[in-house]
Amino acid sequence: MNDPCAHCEEMMQPYLDHVLTDEEMARAEAHLAECVDCRRRYRFEESLRIYVRKAANEPMPEELRVKLSALRIPLD
Amino acid sequence: MAHAGTVDRMDAEPEEAQRLATEARDRVRFEEDALALSDQVYRVARHLASSREDADELMQETYARAFRSWRSFTPGTNMRAWLLRILTNLNIDRGRRQQRAPQMQPLEANDYFLYDRLAENGDGVSDEEQVVERLSQDDIVTALSAVPHDFRDVLVLVDLGDFSYADAAQILDIPVGTVMSRLHRGRRILKRELAESALEEAT
Repeated sequence: MNDPCAHCEEMMQPYLDHVLTDEEMARAEAHLAECVDCRRRYRFEESLRIYVRKAANEPMPEELRVKLSALRIPLD
Repeated sequence: MAHAGTVDRMDAEPEEAQRLATEARDRVRFEEDALALSDQVYRVARHLASSREDADELMQETYARAFRSWRSFTPGTNMRAWLLRILTNLNIDRGRRQQRAPQMQPLEANDYFLYDRLAENGDGVSDEEQVVERLSQDDIVTALSAVPHDFRDVLVLVDLGDFSYADAAQILDIPVGTVMSRLHRGRRILKRELAESALEEAT
């Protein structure tokens, strides 16, 4: 039996990484257009990635910036 | 060869001085470029390392080494990738891999369990963007640090550092196929960790 949703799951990561071929992309989008569950799950995955990236973004401490500059090799 | 004679007559010393001046200028430019990338390098380093303190040390070791071996950088190539290659090598050398061994317990059967879990705990809220906001920043930082290093290195380079599969493969010196499989598994482990913390908070 051919379950398009099972295939869709397998396509989700490469789809969101933009590495599918045009043909695979078209197939994934055709399925997403008609399958509410997959659409929501794809959207969730995408939101999660954006959210993780935002939450994980810690600014570099200023003291570290100063320390890194101090590592420069002085000109003779 | 009219010009050959002219070169021969030139004093060797000014030539050497000229060479040194050019080298000094190139080195200063290299150092400035490397420092200008430090925020972006840190964003990735922070999560390649297991703690802020480790990230701090790793950054300093990386920059010290980069400044010493600046000649091995090829101008015009990707400096951020070059710096991160030094950093990931140092991270491995320093034996920061003794974290718990990669968990071999089976991962959930599909990619969607975190969504399903967050959605089922939600008070009827199932909008995807809102569902992720049930996770706190702490949940995410803790979950990232719980992903075993081999998987985390790839996950952090690609998902936080925006490196392509090919760049990540080069930085870590592993095949692209390995990047893809570790990325896939790393993302699943991250979601499982997140699902666990979401579950703990719900109870």
